[in-house]
Amino acid sequence: MPEEKENISQILKALEDRDTNVVLEDPLENYMVLNMGPQHPATHGVLRLLVKLDGETVVDCIPELGYLHRGYEKIAEASTYMEFIPHTDRLDYISPIANNVAFALAVEKVAGVEAPPRAQYIRVIGAELARISSHLMAIGAMAMDVGAITVFLWAFREREKLYDVFDLLTGVRFTTSYTRIGGVAQDLTDETKQAIKKFIDEFPKNLEDISKMLNRNRIFLDRTVGVGVIDAQSALDIGFSGPNLRACGVDFDLRTFSPYLVYDQLSFNVITAKDGDCFSRYMVRMTEMLESAKIVEQALNKIPNGPTKADLPKKVLPEKERVYTKMEELIHDFVIVNDGVSPAPGDVYVATEGSKGELGFYIISDGSGHPWRLKIRSPSFCSLQALPILLKGQMISDVVAIIGSIDPIMGEADK
Amino acid sequence: MKEKVEQKLRATFGDAIISVDEFKGQVSVEVSRGRIAEVCRLLKEDPELSFNYLSDLCGADMLNFEDLSARKAYLAIEHDLRPDQLPPSERFVVVYQLTSLKNKERLRLKVKVDGENPSCPSVTDIFPSANWCEREAFDMFGIEFDGHPDLRRMYMPEEYEYHPLRKDFPLMGVPGSIPLPRK
Repeated sequence: MPEEKENISQILKALEDRDTNVVLEDPLENYMVLNMGPQHPATHGVLRLLVKLDGETVVDCIPELGYLHRGYEKIAEASTYMEFIPHTDRLDYISPIANNVAFALAVEKVAGVEAPPRAQYIRVIGAELARISSHLMAIGAMAMDVGAITVFLWAFREREKLYDVFDLLTGVRFTTSYTRIGGVAQDLTDETKQAIKKFIDEFPKNLEDISKMLNRNRIFLDRTVGVGVIDAQSALDIGFSGPNLRACGVDFDLRTFSPYLVYDQLSFNVITAKDGDCFSRYMVRMTEMLESAKIVEQALNKIPNGPTKADLPKKVLPEKERVYTKMEELIHDFVIVNDGVSPAPGDVYVATEGSKGELGFYIISDGSGHPWRLKIRSPSFCSLQALPILLKGQMISDVVAIIGSIDPIMGEADK
Repeated sequence: MKEKVEQKLRATFGDAIISVDEFKGQVSVEVSRGRIAEVCRLLKEDPELSFNYLSDLCGADMLNFEDLSARKAYLAIEHDLRPDQLPPSERFVVVYQLTSLKNKERLRLKVKVDGENPSCPSVTDIFPSANWCEREAFDMFGIEFDGHPDLRRMYMPEEYEYHPLRKDFPLMGVPGSIPLPRK
């Protein structure tokens, strides 16, 4: 054993010195330490893994995070609640609207504001479309990691249509910053409604094409079935949430666990699978997208007319045209932009079902316009923690399939 | 829920349960530092309560929380890093967000931690998911978790000297604190 340690330190030193020739006494008797990332196409960003290998089998793995750490929690403490909304786009940048909604809900909870029903429906529509977008990315990237490039292109074709929808809905394709404290930035127009309807009508058929490519594909099945298995208890213990946890058979979905927005008025199923392997995680995501499409369709039919911002002049930004024409609104706009929403001192934890899992914001308010402390509970961070468990005993080539299947986004994991 | 939890905890731990509060419908229990691991174990293993999922664990720095002028100073882009400032005896808080999947309930635990040599018992053997969260709290606030299997920094480089989320750490960072990569 001490001999082995010496070898490892020798390898590590060689890596540091950029020496490519390490001479060991007996190279076949040793474990190999492989550095994967942070610049690796299959690590979905800047994840770095140190993988210890015995031949081709993974013996151990250490994930290293922090390559995309931008200190959002520190920035939050120096910005008003409103100013932090654009930063939430950059957490899980694959589904920004879902983050906007989660953050707005947390601030509204501590400030005692409630968005009007129309805004709540629009938020549900936005969040579910974001979930579809995120799951498409997850499936496309995972399929590409195991060799099916066509699926990636097809998934991106659908995502491109979704970006057009987001463009109509929010005015931006990518970093939406769509919610405001107490409502949403702009109303859902009839044109947007038509575009969403069109997308939702065509989507199940296009998804069917993708599932035909993969569900009975011999190569895909060989690469995913029985790979990266985790049982329900370990998954709960290690902090899995969202689709990853549901793939282990635990029906934990915050939309039904503690219904927020108008989810209690919409009917949908919580999708679970039994096996807890890569294929189960893939299947859960595929089926969830159809459920999301159903939710969007119901929400479009049920959406009431009315304002999209709460009528609370001291806490909620007024409409822009009124700011330019009315004295009162101008003053409120000035005060809110400068001092911010000032909730009463206290702390709340609000979690929503983001597309990757439980996305929570814990806010400690000191009564001023800035959060005293803002903690982001990011689902990717907790899912990545399970990598050593998932990888142990797997083949080196399965590492990419497993990372793809838990769908981490480093922007969120590194904050 | 609040009464049930309070009653059970007080029956077992007595004075170690410092307070039970409710804010906006969310219950938080303040626990004395030494007993937090036992409290977590009871809450997890009690068949009636069964708080079996740790959603989140985080630290918070409450330095001069009451003092408005000091609070404003921390928001300035650059302020002096003064580690010699008096650390109050209960400067940090560690916050645990527990979830009971069975009862569909949430509970928050809080532990006040000393400003000088901050340390707190680790709950990693009860909730393995606390592992990285505790590492993050250690990285950001310098809170040592006793009994943690692998207490390294989570985000910052291992040789970094400061703990960035502390309130006396300037927003723009300390110039020169992260060395540039070797050529």
